[in-house]
Formats: sequence, structure tokens, C-alpha cells
Amino acid sequence: MTALLEVRGLRTAFPSASGPLPVVDGVSFDLNRGEVLALVGESGSGKSMSALSAMRLVPKPGRVVAGSVKLDGEELLDLPVTEMRKVRGGRMGMIFQEPMTCLNPVVRVGTQVIEAIQLHEPVSTADARARALELFAEVGIPDPDQRLDAYPHQLSGGLKQRVMIAMALSTRPEILIADEPTTALDVTVQAQILSLLRDLQQRLDAAILLITHDLGIVNELADRVAVMYAGRLVEVADREALLSDPRHPYTQGLLRSIPALATPGEPLPEIAGVVPSPEQWPAGCRFSTRCPKRIERCAADFPEETAPGEGRRVWCHVQDAPATGEGA
Amino acid sequence: MMGLAPHMLSNLVVLALLVGLLGLSRWVRRRRIWLESAQAIWQRRRLAIVVIAAYLSIALLDSVAWVGGVPEGVADVLPNQSLSVLDRLFLDTREASYSAPFADFEWTGGEALRHPGSHVLGTDILGRDVLYLALKGARVALLIGGLTSLISIPLALLFGVTAGYFGGRFDDFVFFLISTLASMPGLLLLIALIMALGKGTFSVCLALGVTGWVGFCRLSRAETLKLRELDYVEAARALGVSEVRIIFRHVLPNLAHLIVITFVLTFSALVLSEAVLSWLGIGVDGSWGQMIDGARNELSRDPIIWWNIGAAGAALFGLILAVNSVGDAIRDVLDPRTARTSE
Repeated sequence: MTALLEVRGLRTAFPSASGPLPVVDGVSFDLNRGEVLALVGESGSGKSMSALSAMRLVPKPGRVVAGSVKLDGEELLDLPVTEMRKVRGGRMGMIFQEPMTCLNPVVRVGTQVIEAIQLHEPVSTADARARALELFAEVGIPDPDQRLDAYPHQLSGGLKQRVMIAMALSTRPEILIADEPTTALDVTVQAQILSLLRDLQQRLDAAILLITHDLGIVNELADRVAVMYAGRLVEVADREALLSDPRHPYTQGLLRSIPALATPGEPLPEIAGVVPSPEQWPAGCRFSTRCPKRIERCAADFPEETAPGEGRRVWCHVQDAPATGEGA
Repeated sequence: MMGLAPHMLSNLVVLALLVGLLGLSRWVRRRRIWLESAQAIWQRRRLAIVVIAAYLSIALLDSVAWVGGVPEGVADVLPNQSLSVLDRLFLDTREASYSAPFADFEWTGGEALRHPGSHVLGTDILGRDVLYLALKGARVALLIGGLTSLISIPLALLFGVTAGYFGGRFDDFVFFLISTLASMPGLLLLIALIMALGKGTFSVCLALGVTGWVGFCRLSRAETLKLRELDYVEAARALGVSEVRIIFRHVLPNLAHLIVITFVLTFSALVLSEAVLSWLGIGVDGSWGQMIDGARNELSRDPIIWWNIGAAGAALFGLILAVNSVGDAIRDVLDPRTARTSE
């Protein structure tokens, strides 16, 4: 079976004084039907930019310079703009990090959902309103009838995120891209939104591309995980395999630094240093400047993709060295 | 359309304005944000709003006109000449009637340069009544302010919003245009334009509009630059909304408060500009600026003839003070950068 969304060798670059600066550098992954794939990484690792590139929404002056994004075998990067608009919101929905600012403050939320529906389907306003009402109920908004007529400032952050989800789901997309959907919400609301997403995903059989830096959310929601570092994938694996047996030193470092998994009484381990900015990326493995297991060739050439297990891909020279044990 | 008499056009405009005002008030009443703002403004500046309403009604009365209905033999009225409600009130028939209640006063065709004591507000050098002229000026002032804003604000929005939203070469072009216009002495450009277009209300408005859009264009461009980066514009794009629709749905409504503020604040500036132009001899007929211009030569007489310039100045002053004060209140209420003090 071919994947629903096939991303191959995606490169997205921003122009700079010293030539184009890639922020996404040769990323390839598959998103299968009904699957939740988490794209994990620190700020600036290129995870959001990968998703925006797939939607062809890279903010100017950046642009996708190479690669291919296929939705159901159809190349999205070559699609005419009007066709691409139908894909966006039609077959691929997106929800964002900041529900506070993602709704137009001067338009009632119901109107915004109704317009989103009418954008992709020629239905009457009354029908669209009925649909919006169903959607509001579906995403668990209490008193959906009244909430339709509310302005964004009258809703809490959690409710706004539910409205955003309702809007993204209005056309029953095959793929939902969730860009840090819970980062701006407080913890109890986060849990509600996550269970809502899981619920909807199972009910609608949609695929979710979940972008997050929170491994707790990964554990909660994801089927497979792709870890990104400095514009490149470093490890792709099933959730359980990745969490229990991380192969890449960066993934190991990430897991070690989760407070809940750390040894009590000992200082929380951290990954030394900071993510280098794109100008300072090393020629070889991007993580080589901070890697505790670095060997000589790490700085010089980028490791090839290896497949040490079923459905698993790792980019590392030293992964066969005894690395586990201290991680788990 | 060619056969339409000017006074019929003016009547139609009045009708359209009244319908528009009615529609606007209903629209505002249905939207809480605007209704609350309108109430806040009313509470802050009752007097100024009443003053503006008075000017507006005088101007409207002066704009509703028809032919006939005048007794024969009235000296100043030509056959087929249309007269507005205001004209009829002041019509000099020497006989008070239902349609001309002030007619037993001596309004026009009276003695020149009479003192306010002996005549309501005095007369000018041609024997025309000063009160009547000052009231007639309201229509011209509001016409200039309104028509010019109708020309300059859409122009500024068209260039500002598209330049800010699409950026790139078009933005460069617009900014070049703005800088060029801004680097020319405004008054000189105005005079040149009016000379080229010919005198007349519309050409003065056009000239004022074409030279006056730069400031708001810059403002709307900057605001659009900010708005287009906002998350909900991004979210709209992710939903597959087209760029034109984003502009009309997400950018323009969020500029609405700026449009209202700019309209009110430039309005008074435009009325003043016309006075300056009239003083230079290229203004609009019947404006307060022309009254002031005509009266300045009388100032050197002995005893000093002050009531001409006084009436025109006071009328101008009253309107501009009222509009500016309402403008300030509107800005206080609508502009997010000035903190709300009430509530």
C-alpha cells in the first residue's frame, strides 16, 4: 500500500547574505492512512517548516527548493495555485499553536466556520450553519447554538482550539496537520484536546501529522515518531520502539531529559550546548557538535540512512555501539 | 442621465445619504462592538455631535431643491431656477407666508454693508445677508469633506492594502509613488492640479483627494504588513482561502477603525484646505473660504467691517472644532493604541 502522504527529499531554504539557507534539508517520511505520525524536535529543528512546506505555505521569502510531496500519488508541489487551495482545507486541514490569535477577532466564530464550509462545498448558509452546529457538538463545545454567535474574545483558549479543530475538520480532510496544538493551553485543557484529537482521529479515520516538542504528547497520541534535528531527520520509528529503545544519541538525550523518567535526587541530565543556527550547521552529522558519542568521521560526513529494524530508520555512525541501557 | 437637472441629482444624493444613514445606524445597532463604541462616543461628545448634526441638517436642507412654487415677480428668481428649502426660507418676497416664514425680513438685495444691529448678522458688500451665506457654506464644506474623503480613502486603501499585502515589486512601486508625492510641496501640486482640471467643486475635491491620500496609504500599508503576518490570516490560507478573499474578509474589517478615524480627522483638514484654496482664488463657489476671501478687503474700512469674516470664521470654527472633538473621541474609543479609560 502506498502512503497517503509521501514526502521525499524535501528542502526548504530562506535566502540570506551568504546564499540560500536551508531550514529543512532533505526530509523524507510517509504518512499512512489512519496513522498519527509525530514530528518531534526542538525549536528551530524545522518540524513546523516541514509541515508548512507540505502545505506550500512557507512564509516568504522562503521557498521549497527541492523534493517532492505526494498526496495519494499526486504531486502537490507542481499543482496550480487554485488546485492547491482546494487541497488546503479540503483534503488537508491544519490547526495551529496559538488558538488565541488564529480566529479573526471581528467575525463571529460561527460565521468563520460556516465560511470555511462554504469555501469548499456549494451549500446554502442554513445548511452550512447546521453543519457547523454538528461540528461544534462533535468537538465537544457546550451550548454549541450560543457559541456559534460568539466572538473569539468571548471564548476561552480551549474552546477556541476546539473551534479551530471544528473548522479544520469541516470538510472531513484525509490529513490533519496539528502544529503544536496544545502548547498554548494549560495542562488540563491539553489533556482534553489530546483525547478529543485521538477520538476524532479514530472516528474519522484521518491521518494526523502531529508536530510537537513534547514527548508526553507523543506517548499519548502517536503511532510513529520522526525525530528531527537541525533540518534533518535523525530517527524514525514506531512509538514504542522509539521510546523504549532509542538508537540515535539525540533521541537518547531527549528521553533522558524528561523529568518524569529521571532518577530522583540526581540533577536532570541535559544535552550540552544549544541547537546551532543554520549558518553554523556542521558539514557532517548535524548533531556532531553536541553528541556525547561522537567519533572522528561524524564531523566530516553525514551518516547514511540505516534500517536497523522493522519500520525503523536511523541516521547515525555510532548507533551500533552499546548506547542503550543508560538511556532507559 | 444627461437630462438630469443638477438639483435633481442633489435631491437623489440627499435621498441616498438618508437611506445610507438609516442603513448604517441599523447595521451598527446589530453589531455589539460598533454599538458600544457608538454609545461611548455619544456619551463623551454629546454637544459636538449635536453641532455636527445641525450642520448636516442645514446642508441637507440646502440640498433639497425644486423649481417653481415662488410667487411671480420676485426679483432675484429666474424662471426655471431651482431653489432649495434653505433658499426658500430666506426668499425675499416681502410677505411672510407658509413657504417663506422669514420673508418679511430684508434678506437679499438689501443695502450693502449693514451692521449686525440693524440687520440680523449684517450684509456684505453686495447687500447679501451674512447669515444666509454662512448657512449656505455648510453644504459646500460638508460636500468638500465628504466627496474628497470618498476619493482619497479608497485610493489610499487600494494602494496601501495591496502594496502591504502582496509586497514585492508592487510595494516598491507604491512606495516610490508615495515618496514622490510626499516630496512635492502639497499646495503647489494642488494649485497645478486645479489649474489643469479647471475650477469647480468636483475638480477641487478631486485635486484634494489625489494629493491627500498619501498619509493614510502609508498607514494602511503598515497596518496590512502587520495583519498579513497574523495567525488567522495564516490559518485562512491553510483553509484554502484565496488572497483576494483574505483581503476583504480579514484585512479590511480589521482596518475599519482606522478608516473611521482617518475619515473624521482628515475631514476637518480638508475643509480648512479648501478655505486656503479659496483665499488663493481657486476654491469652491459659496464656501466659507470665499466669504473670508471676499471679506478681507473690507477689514481695512473704517469703521471696520468685521461681521462678514466673523460669521464665516465662526461657522468654520464651529464645524471643525466639533468634528475634531468627535474625531478625538472616536480615536479614544476605537484605536487600540490609546487605552480605554471608561468601563
